[in-house]
Amino acid sequence: MPNFTINGMSATVAEGTTILAAAKQIGIEIPHYCYHPRLSIAGNCRMCLVEVEKFPKLQIACNTVVTEGMVVRTDTAKVNKAVTGVLELMLINHPVDCPICDQAGECGLQNYYMKFGLHKSRFAIEDKVHKKKVQDIGGQIVLDAERCILCSRCVRFLREVTKTGELDFFQRGDHSEISIFPGRPLDNSYTGNLADICPVGALTSKDFRFKCRVWFLSGVESICPGCSTGCNIEAHFREDVLYRLKPRENEDVNESWMCDEGRLEYKKANENRLLAPALREGGRTVAAAWDAVLFTTAHRLRGSVEAHGSDSVAVIASPHSSNEELFLVRKLAAEVLKTENFGFTSRTPGPRSSDDFLIKADKNPNSRGAQLLGFSEEKFDRIVKAISGGKVQALLLFGNVLADFSDAEIGSLLSNVPFVAHVGTCAGAVSRAAHAVLPSSSFVERGGTFTNFAGRVQRFRAGFPPRGKAKNDIEILVGLASQLGAGWAFPGETAVFDALAAEVAPFAGMSYEALGSRGRLAGGSK
Amino acid sequence: MTIGVKKVARPRKMSFGESLYLIEIVKGLGVTIGHFLHNVAHNKDIPTIEYPEVRRTMPPRFRGCHRLMKRMDGTPRCVACYMCATACPAECITIVAGESPDATVEKYPVSFDIDMLRCVFCGQCVEACPCDAIRMDTGWYTPPDDSREKLIFKIERLLEK
Repeated sequence: MPNFTINGMSATVAEGTTILAAAKQIGIEIPHYCYHPRLSIAGNCRMCLVEVEKFPKLQIACNTVVTEGMVVRTDTAKVNKAVTGVLELMLINHPVDCPICDQAGECGLQNYYMKFGLHKSRFAIEDKVHKKKVQDIGGQIVLDAERCILCSRCVRFLREVTKTGELDFFQRGDHSEISIFPGRPLDNSYTGNLADICPVGALTSKDFRFKCRVWFLSGVESICPGCSTGCNIEAHFREDVLYRLKPRENEDVNESWMCDEGRLEYKKANENRLLAPALREGGRTVAAAWDAVLFTTAHRLRGSVEAHGSDSVAVIASPHSSNEELFLVRKLAAEVLKTENFGFTSRTPGPRSSDDFLIKADKNPNSRGAQLLGFSEEKFDRIVKAISGGKVQALLLFGNVLADFSDAEIGSLLSNVPFVAHVGTCAGAVSRAAHAVLPSSSFVERGGTFTNFAGRVQRFRAGFPPRGKAKNDIEILVGLASQLGAGWAFPGETAVFDALAAEVAPFAGMSYEALGSRGRLAGGSK
Repeated sequence: MTIGVKKVARPRKMSFGESLYLIEIVKGLGVTIGHFLHNVAHNKDIPTIEYPEVRRTMPPRFRGCHRLMKRMDGTPRCVACYMCATACPAECITIVAGESPDATVEKYPVSFDIDMLRCVFCGQCVEACPCDAIRMDTGWYTPPDDSREKLIFKIERLLEK
């Protein structure tokens, strides 16, 4: 454990820590481009130069290990002059096309220029070396070779993390550029990360291209709803439109990465949304007030229980619901409707691709949570059988899809039930077949927790209120319960989670504070 | 604390002659007729103009309605960088950017709307523009119109002038 001094402050860090990492721990920022905590050290950008006593020259902080008694300074005139010089060198051939660059606003060059540069360019614009702009190199990435500062983060990412190595350096001197090999585009499921790790605008996202300027976006801590890995993400939105998902660091789940499929999950929160409650009357779906829809749903569920017994109602939960919502769904089914017919399925339509890194075949964020909360998949199959047999008189259905059934199958299956209430976010075969539509909120419009495949309970937060007339799922469930005569007092997800932690054994002892930013494993998980 | 009493001078009661207002009306008419006669005699000095047939010349730095500049080939000079929309304190500029068919241009505004009813004519958008693509030198203020929609100027209209 070497003890060293940096800018007059002394600190003790772990053996083998580099100056850059040590400074970060203490809260001193050393500018850098090529260094990335999850990649090997290249030491080629030379931005992190620092003065170390007894060294004749400035040293790069990213590749100099702290030793006992080392005295480091990052704030001297010599360091500043060197960093400014390095930055000027990098900007010599940079096209400075910030107005059309998507990186503007979160660009390493812009940020460090304002901090360390502020110099007038000594290089005539006609003398700049031009390289190929707007190259579609496959995956989710657009390459602009001109903007590149040759830090090699992307090259190392593709060699070390995905181990596919599609990008490399070509040419020499100021003509060097990164590129793919001819006819070999990016071919892996994690290309979106390249846009994140690129400190400049050389690699930008094809999907986010020109959609929005980044300074208009607000971010909220969230969990990717794309599969059961539960990658920690930051959801970026403006007003009530989601624009992109970015990975958030969590050593225990996704390190700093996320998959390309997950990055496009945001579209489901924007497109095809159900925005107003509706009732079907005589074959036509008409908009109705929330009270009317809740009343009708409750009335039909209770009517069915009273006329045909508790086996005539069924509740199908969704693994896209949070733990809190699932807890209330079970409570509603078991305690209020007093039925045994509640289940869920993790089957989903579409491809169920998976790999050995982040992508899981189970495309639901909370299947594990549903299992821990007592929902079973066998019961779902039994409910489906009962529906086909015409034994179900009223059905409360959560989620936008029904297992892996096609639209036609959903239509014909649900036509066997006299009353279907659908709680979901998007219009589709389920909402078309429903007699009552209760629009709920997407994952950025509500807060809660998901339990990932390994049993890690992780929190996602609300960014903005539900769109249109849609409501938070918890509000809908509490509303239904009160129409059914249960006096639930759950003002928000925190109260539900506390009740859940008190009642359900695997969640015992948990609270939102205890979950923190890395989540916590539910009891009984390996 | 006691409440302070302040004596206020009440207007005195008007006499019968005063309450008819006759003399005052005649006096007022005198002023009006005086101006009328003066204007008839000095026709040239009347400060009002017959808008909209006659229009005042604005000083060269007057900030009027916006226009978008064009390149030599007639395409908009604007690259949809959103600097004007960012600088705008009234949030009246709405831009949708798109991929330009011209690869050297890369980014161009698919739509560029200025809500003239919200605009405060501060000129921040002109200051912010890195391409000199937006100017307020038309010398013309917002023309009246009969609907709100017509006062949201679209890109075609902004490129016209």
